[in-house]
Amino acid sequence: MHALARKRYHKAAPLFLVLALLALITGLGAVITSQTAEAATTTSASDVEEGQKLFAANCATCHGIDAQGQDGVAPSLIGVGAAAVDFQVGTGRMPMQASGPQAPAKDVQFTEDEIAQLAAYVASLGAGPAIPTAEQVDPELGDAANGMQLFRTNCAMCHGSVGGGGALTQGKFAPSLFATTPTHIYEAMLTGPQSMPVFNNANITPEDKRDIIAYLVAQRDGSPGGIALGAIGPVAEGWAAWFIGIGLIIASTIWIGARSS
Amino acid sequence: MGTKLNKAASGTANYVDERTGIGALVKFLSRKLFPDHWSFMLGEVALYSFIVLLLTGVFLTAYFVPSMDIVTYEGPLATMQGVEMSKAFESTLWTSFEVPGGLLIRQIHHWAALMFTAAIMIHMARVFFTGAFRKPREINWLVGFTLMIMSLAAGFTGYSLPDDVLSGNGLRIIDGVIKSIPIIGSYISYWLFGGEFPGEVLIPRLFTAHVLLVPGLILGLVAVHLFLVFLHKHTQYPGGGRTHKNVVGLPLFPVYTAKAGGFFFVVFGIIALLGALFTINPVWNYGPYDPSPVSAGTQPDWYILFVDGALRLMPGWLGGFPFEWEIWGWTLSLNILIPAVIMPGLLFGFMALYPWIEAWATGDRGEKHVLDRPRNAPVRTGIGVAVISFYLILVLEGSNDIIANLFHLSLNDLTYTFRIAIFVVPPLAFWITKRIAMGLQRKDRELVLHGHESGRIVRHESGEYVEVHTPLDDQERWLRVNYDNIAPMELEPQYNEEGVARPGYKWESFKARLSRFYFEDRVEPVTPAELAAAQHHGHGAEEHDSDGHAEATEADAALDAELAELKKD
Repeated sequence: MHALARKRYHKAAPLFLVLALLALITGLGAVITSQTAEAATTTSASDVEEGQKLFAANCATCHGIDAQGQDGVAPSLIGVGAAAVDFQVGTGRMPMQASGPQAPAKDVQFTEDEIAQLAAYVASLGAGPAIPTAEQVDPELGDAANGMQLFRTNCAMCHGSVGGGGALTQGKFAPSLFATTPTHIYEAMLTGPQSMPVFNNANITPEDKRDIIAYLVAQRDGSPGGIALGAIGPVAEGWAAWFIGIGLIIASTIWIGARSS
Repeated sequence: MGTKLNKAASGTANYVDERTGIGALVKFLSRKLFPDHWSFMLGEVALYSFIVLLLTGVFLTAYFVPSMDIVTYEGPLATMQGVEMSKAFESTLWTSFEVPGGLLIRQIHHWAALMFTAAIMIHMARVFFTGAFRKPREINWLVGFTLMIMSLAAGFTGYSLPDDVLSGNGLRIIDGVIKSIPIIGSYISYWLFGGEFPGEVLIPRLFTAHVLLVPGLILGLVAVHLFLVFLHKHTQYPGGGRTHKNVVGLPLFPVYTAKAGGFFFVVFGIIALLGALFTINPVWNYGPYDPSPVSAGTQPDWYILFVDGALRLMPGWLGGFPFEWEIWGWTLSLNILIPAVIMPGLLFGFMALYPWIEAWATGDRGEKHVLDRPRNAPVRTGIGVAVISFYLILVLEGSNDIIANLFHLSLNDLTYTFRIAIFVVPPLAFWITKRIAMGLQRKDRELVLHGHESGRIVRHESGEYVEVHTPLDDQERWLRVNYDNIAPMELEPQYNEEGVARPGYKWESFKARLSRFYFEDRVEPVTPAELAAAQHHGHGAEEHDSDGHAEATEADAALDAELAELKKD
């Protein structure tokens, strides 16, 4: 038996198998990243240079002059890609105003050109996800019904059923998506900012991402039922029942009670 | 024309009366007296919301398909195109988006349900705080309590019917709660869902319960409730001439019939306004039920929120102590059983039995038709506020994620805070309320004894200053002195002279302890003797000023006359 088994399999076969698998994974990784890296090469060298200056003046305090990050202060930005910069700086989350459970969106601190320069610089440090094209995020091209099903299984547990937002642990939160631009939604899925997990292109394909965007944008036409009360579910409805409904009822009982006999 | 109409009307009335003898009943009802107060209309609000529920419910039943068969959506809603869903969910979407006026009626129905439960609870609070549950109305309190439970059942069965993700998650929690009941729990769950959750029979079963069983029970109980109100006659607020033996008010016809009839339309109007303006239960957002997704902001309707809050509040471990045990192969989930079964059981049990608990403490066997002002029953008022605070903390904990998100607080810290608050706040609320009530009673005493401050100070010839008080009129005084003054029960000794133990001593000593808890601290109403003494003495206690009050008013009159003359000049 043993002799037969030895003949059939070489001693090093498992090792070769593992190596082959690794090669396959890195090969695939290289193909995928090279694709995104290609998309990111539309920026010029001068953009990178300007971006480096902006980075040194505005970001290096926390992320380090070489963008390698500091333990317990800020993460390394090598390989996060232009998409991460465009999202974080483009929504005003970065530069962070104060340390806290998470960086909230605020007024954007840089012009569009400056954000593009910063993104070009960070993208030049290592290959990472690129900023999506207008076509990739166009809600008109997406399928809202497929987006609904994907959103329900992947996003709604934190962002609520239609993206009204929700609480996470220790003061962190999933923000409302009602005012987020399609590009930023796409970038967030791709880069997984803050507490959000990364939904890479193997996990949710670019087409599926666009479907999700289509679903979220479809929510912005307003609720068919009237005022949406934040679209956060029955708690808001309960408050409305008590404070508007019962409030009006008690006011009218007092009014009717006052003009009696 | 007028006489013709009158003739026709009287003819018809006569025709009906000769065949049914209804005239006597109409006469009896229309002459029935009712006291007047705005808070007496809260129960009416519940009844009217229920009528709105019945009317809109009939409409919805015409379009709803209570089936869990799977179909593919092909209606007008873009976000649901080609999605697989149950017929129940599809027919809800159909009612909402294709049936003319369907969405409006659905929203009115759901808002009416929220208003129904809310109105029942404030009506119950009114009855509690004014002591309207006392003899002879204990049984009617129990009927009302059962109606409250039925309203929760009606609400929950209806909330689950559209078979959407949100209500499906609610049912999943209910399934977990049922399974936490030791030994029989899993059997009940399998029996209820017709197999493993979610099964394929639940929606039809819930539908039958929602449109037949529960509303039928509610209708029957409402009839009993109202019959008992007529039988006992309505309670009245304290005031001049109102006693436990009479009713001061107006006849049902014409004022109250007009008011109550008009008020129905006011209530209907307010609910319709909510339905027209505000989205409620947007099932098209939640999507068809699928056991895997749970979205943020998953909560039951407000009236079940307290159970959700209790579940969220309960820790799985306390220190290193686990609340889930396995005993001889049976799992005992105390972490679910305590908050979702034992807590509501105790809370509702206490609410149902409250009239008897208070009767043990007072030992009063008389009929009570005049309501208490809440301040005149400080312990009862304190208990009521404590229970409400307990309930509110659970509701807030049930909304903890919404609160955390809205105010940028830590969800964990909120839960820890509420875990402490649930034990600290209700006793504190009890104590503070009781003290405030007694403070108000003392203020009443003070007012009765000394009268209103007139803001005038008169100087006597002797140089003494006297503050002028106007005495209360009879109505004001009646309201403040005419309440039950109950002293704690005296407990007879355990052994008689021969040293033989008395039977029933333990029960009596329990009642005596309860009585002490209720009436140990109390502010007694002003007695006629005290009032006479106070009026005689005035406020200055000095000897020479034995008739201060009379003097003061005389001096006052003199001053007025002088001022009038000065003005003339």
